[in-house]
Amino acid sequence: MNTTSLNLRAALVSLLLLAVFLGVWQIASQSPAGAGTTSAATLSADELEYAKMMGKDPGAAKATGFPGPAEVARTSWKHLSDPFYDKGPNDKGIGIQLAHSLGRVALGFLLAMVVAIPLGFLIGMSPLMQKAFNPFIQVLKPISPLAWMPLALYTLKDSGVSGIFVIFICSVWPMMINTAFGVASVKRDWLNVALTLEVSPLRKALQVILPAAAPTILTGMRISMGIAWLVIVAAEMLVGGTGIGYFVWNEWNNLSLTNVIFAVLVIGVVGMLLDLGFAQAQKAVTYVE
Amino acid sequence: MWSESRTSEPLSTLLHPPKTKEPLMNGFLKVEQLAKAFQADKPVFADVSFGIAKGEFVCIIGHSGCGKTTILNVLAGLDTASHGHAFMDGREIAGPSLERGVVFQGHALMPWLSVRKNIEFAVKSRWPDMRRAELDQHVEKFVALVGLSAAIEKKPSQLSGGMKQRVGIARAFAIQPKMLLLDEPFGALDALTRGTIQDELMTIVRQTQQTVFMITHDVDEAILLADRILLMSNGAEVNGHYKPGGLAETVSNPLPRSRTRAQLHHLDGYYELRNHIVDFLVSRAKAH
Repeated sequence: MNTTSLNLRAALVSLLLLAVFLGVWQIASQSPAGAGTTSAATLSADELEYAKMMGKDPGAAKATGFPGPAEVARTSWKHLSDPFYDKGPNDKGIGIQLAHSLGRVALGFLLAMVVAIPLGFLIGMSPLMQKAFNPFIQVLKPISPLAWMPLALYTLKDSGVSGIFVIFICSVWPMMINTAFGVASVKRDWLNVALTLEVSPLRKALQVILPAAAPTILTGMRISMGIAWLVIVAAEMLVGGTGIGYFVWNEWNNLSLTNVIFAVLVIGVVGMLLDLGFAQAQKAVTYVE
Repeated sequence: MWSESRTSEPLSTLLHPPKTKEPLMNGFLKVEQLAKAFQADKPVFADVSFGIAKGEFVCIIGHSGCGKTTILNVLAGLDTASHGHAFMDGREIAGPSLERGVVFQGHALMPWLSVRKNIEFAVKSRWPDMRRAELDQHVEKFVALVGLSAAIEKKPSQLSGGMKQRVGIARAFAIQPKMLLLDEPFGALDALTRGTIQDELMTIVRQTQQTVFMITHDVDEAILLADRILLMSNGAEVNGHYKPGGLAETVSNPLPRSRTRAQLHHLDGYYELRNHIVDFLVSRAKAH
């Protein structure tokens, strides 16, 4: 079995799974709504009026409410063909919403890098710092980033900045821990080479320790990015305003499940692309011993 | 038994211009009463004193755990002794220095750098202001010295064990140190490769008049390469008293400096020398 035939067969199975999924979805969304619906003929005029007021119009064309794949595809096409329109605070194109989310993630992530990588270096190079920082990291790491939200909103007084802070706080731990681990496990031999060559501390950090620890550091960054992308949706649902998370919440309030499904798919695809990007970067810095 | 009277043969003077021939034991490197103790009452070795003359090749042989690597690390400045001092060129060794090139046991090449960049890293450490063209030329010269010009752009992972060790040697030579320290550089290589690289190392050392201190486990390697061989004994309990390890004996190599690996075992005195060292290692080095 060569790889190409394996890939081909895997692709075929993937397509089959997709077809089955879409088929089941289509059938499920077509099935009639609740069986207990009474027909309009048996109701009196008052009862009919009452039913209409309660949103249970028995005469209306009855849909299940859950959109089928075709409808989602149509909506997706509509969104994707005009991603950057802006018709006020509650109606922006998907591209604009995504740009807001990605911008927040990028800012929070960069801040986390600025803090986590130097601190990780310090912790990794000094056993004293390792021991001193450890209790704080162990306590702070398991806190759900959203738990910080009230404190962030109160102190930062800005929902946008608070969103960025939440991304920062969830990205910082995996990066810091992995950097410290990567730096601490740089081979003794390489450090000895740097010592015998009287390499300056800065040059040693940048040209020996950094490339040696880079694969581990990038693993931490990749984990951080995964978490950040999970958290941004929830954070934007809370703070509102803009972003893909807000879009999901807003469309839920509009009861537009089609748009929600579309947004969910977009979140998945963007998350995958981000992860792929980091996988590529990881590949670029990985070395074979 | 291998007294100082049987030191170098006149042949060695043919290899070098006479003016560079310096008297042995002028003490270019001096080690005085070196001791290392991890437990205060049981030093691994104690009272180790020896000297190495400029241009001399000295090997140290002993069983594992006798402290050879510690001595080398002290000379490299990577470790400190519990007692005693080491001097090079009249100055006490107080830390690592570019004056002493080290070839590590496990090549210690940086796997993310090509052969060229690995050596360049060392050369740039030595001469930070060297111009690009000169730098390239310098690096290429030392890569050529170990016969790896064809592999200069390769990463260490693409090289065989012997090639990696050659790069390690080239890196140490490239900074043109006053002294070369080799920590069992061929330990991990197969016999054939080991032989080839021994020959290469010998040629380069003879050409450059390099002063070398080398750890080895291989008696033939020591006889081939060294002008003098230091025999080290392990620390041991003798009659209820702990006796630290140390230098048991210094053997001068009586074989002509022009010796080669191929004719080594045909030389007069080779077997006596070899038997003497092997006897030491088997019966005296380790008091069980």
